[in-house]
Amino acid sequence: MTSSNFRSWPLFLVLGVISMPLVIMYVYLFVDTVTDTTAGSLIPDRFTLHHWRFLWEEPETGRVSIWTVTLNTFIFAICTTLINVSASVTAGYALSRLNMPFKRFFLGGILTLHAFPTITLIISIFLILQMIGLYNTLIGVILVKTALELPFGIWIMKGFFDNVPWEIEMAGLQDGASRFTVWWKLVLPQVQPGVAALAVFVFLSAWSEFILPQVLAPSGSAQVLSTYLSNLIFDDIKPDFNMFKSVGVFYALPVIVVYLIFNKQLMNIYGGGTKG
Amino acid sequence: MRISIENFTKSFGDTTVIEDMSLEIGDGEMLALLGPSGCGKSTTLFAICGIHRMNAGRLLFGDADVTEVSSQKRNVGVVFQNYALYPHMNVYENIAFPLKVRKESRAEVDRKVQEIADLVHIGELLQRRPVQLSGGQQQRVALARALIRKPDILLLDEPLANLDAKLRLEMRSEIRRIQLATGITAVLVTHDQVEAMSMCDRIAIMDKGRIVQLSTPKDMYENPSSAFVAGFLGNPPIAFLEGTVADGGFRLANSRVTLPVPSGIELPGDGAPIRFGVRPEFFQPGNPLKVSGKVSFVEIQGREELYDVTLENGAVLRSIQAQSAGFRLGEDVSWGIAQDKVLAFGPDGNRL
Ligand SMILES: Nc1ncnc2c1ncn2[C@@H]1O[C@H](COP(=O)(O)OP(=O)(O)OP(=O)(O)O)[C@@H](O)[C@H]1O
Ligand SMILES: [Mg+2]
Repeated sequence: MTSSNFRSWPLFLVLGVISMPLVIMYVYLFVDTVTDTTAGSLIPDRFTLHHWRFLWEEPETGRVSIWTVTLNTFIFAICTTLINVSASVTAGYALSRLNMPFKRFFLGGILTLHAFPTITLIISIFLILQMIGLYNTLIGVILVKTALELPFGIWIMKGFFDNVPWEIEMAGLQDGASRFTVWWKLVLPQVQPGVAALAVFVFLSAWSEFILPQVLAPSGSAQVLSTYLSNLIFDDIKPDFNMFKSVGVFYALPVIVVYLIFNKQLMNIYGGGTKG
Repeated sequence: MRISIENFTKSFGDTTVIEDMSLEIGDGEMLALLGPSGCGKSTTLFAICGIHRMNAGRLLFGDADVTEVSSQKRNVGVVFQNYALYPHMNVYENIAFPLKVRKESRAEVDRKVQEIADLVHIGELLQRRPVQLSGGQQQRVALARALIRKPDILLLDEPLANLDAKLRLEMRSEIRRIQLATGITAVLVTHDQVEAMSMCDRIAIMDKGRIVQLSTPKDMYENPSSAFVAGFLGNPPIAFLEGTVADGGFRLANSRVTLPVPSGIELPGDGAPIRFGVRPEFFQPGNPLKVSGKVSFVEIQGREELYDVTLENGAVLRSIQAQSAGFRLGEDVSWGIAQDKVLAFGPDGNRL
């Protein structure tokens, strides 16, 4: 914007000053991971890749390799996203369009579950998982995380489906398409911005999930990055804070990448697709 | 293809919207379903195409009973009021969708889309998205999509409602031209009497879920079966005079004026309330049966001038006259009614 009666630099200055502490924190976080600082000094003076050694060194005994943990986290986040999105997209459509029995009951239930503080369920979930033998497994955490996120996803998708004009479906049926073709080829593309946003949202939420893996799969081969990170800081006899920061940066990288790639979709939730 | 609706009843929950309707639409005919909002026009249309199931009655296309046939198999093209174009597809893909569903070959699809696009004059717009089209162009795309499968029947639900006045005029003749060119049986739903009269072979006027009259536009205009029909057709609308039967004549309410009753009208007994309907073109200065009043409203429409005349008893008659008649507001006038054109209606609204 270059209109003459609006100067933008004072605004930028104010915003810049306010966000400065945050920026400095991030810069330090990153700088610390590749440098060493002499004790007592604030300014780092040596470049080193030592803090990133967890990427290539054999893990100590009793520890799991970071790559296994990363893979776990990806499996956890991606599976949760896939299951959640496919269930939300179908359930949301059913609740929005189909004339099914107990619809009001389902809607009410979803709303209640959505507002429910899930953390209060954790003890019973823990017991159930132990009973059916899914404790300390990735599948268990995936199922629980999906189930807890599902009401939100269904509710959001129902809202998107509600906005698709009814006539579009009728026109599709009239054009000779089956119910499924209509849903797949005509309705889903209308809600595609919603699907994208929901997928990104669930992915990020699963990626940053800590409590569930911590309680339900705390150790061993089912670890994810968040629990790995916390084990790092609690377990060690001699804590290495710079390494902790490095793992933190490593953990945050995918999130940053996802934001960079998808921020347009996230911003466009309400702009695209459904108009016309 | 001939459409026969037999004893069709439709209800939503407890409310019965259509009750025991029967209607026959001839092959190649264009029929208008005309009526006020909420009278069940769309419901009837959706029953024909299979979106709504009929609660009772039968539906036949030609000789085939299609009451239980799904919408996909009925081979009916529908143009919805808001066109219902698929926003994520361009014009070509929109029109081609019904063919793609039937898995026709690319070359075949290409040829047919080109052909139909030329018919509705949108050949240059095929790569555009629906949002990039004007209302009239969207309308044409919707028509093309409805016609591409060569349906037996074309249904149009208020196709012109969203267009501006000039485009409406243009699309009116366009739709009729296309209907005649394809020879398709068409049903047009509208609440605009001008549309119904100018586009269709016959009109079915509906009120509260019933067909009150079914006839050609001309016959319906001249011989309405009830005051409702007479009031619905004609612009500017017909004017009604309230009164009673007195001495074999028509005594205007609150007045001592008695008008002679045209021959051929069977009057009820003395004192029964009846109504006279007078169309604006039959209330003119030159006619013999004079009534006097004051000009209470003047509207210059360019080619014509429209007057309201308030009679001494407060009733209002309308007159439409060629331009340059030049009467002024408040002027006292004594104009005449064309006696043989008067329509008389009984207390129940039915024609006498
Ligand atoms: N799905 C439905 N559920 C309940 N009632 C309905 C439904 N569809 C229509 N109706 C009712 O049926 C009646 C007729 O509706 P319909 O849509 O056929 O009217 P219409 O003649 O097309 O009116 P308009 O000119 O306003 O489109 C209305 O009173 C309406 O409220
Ligand atoms: Mg309607």
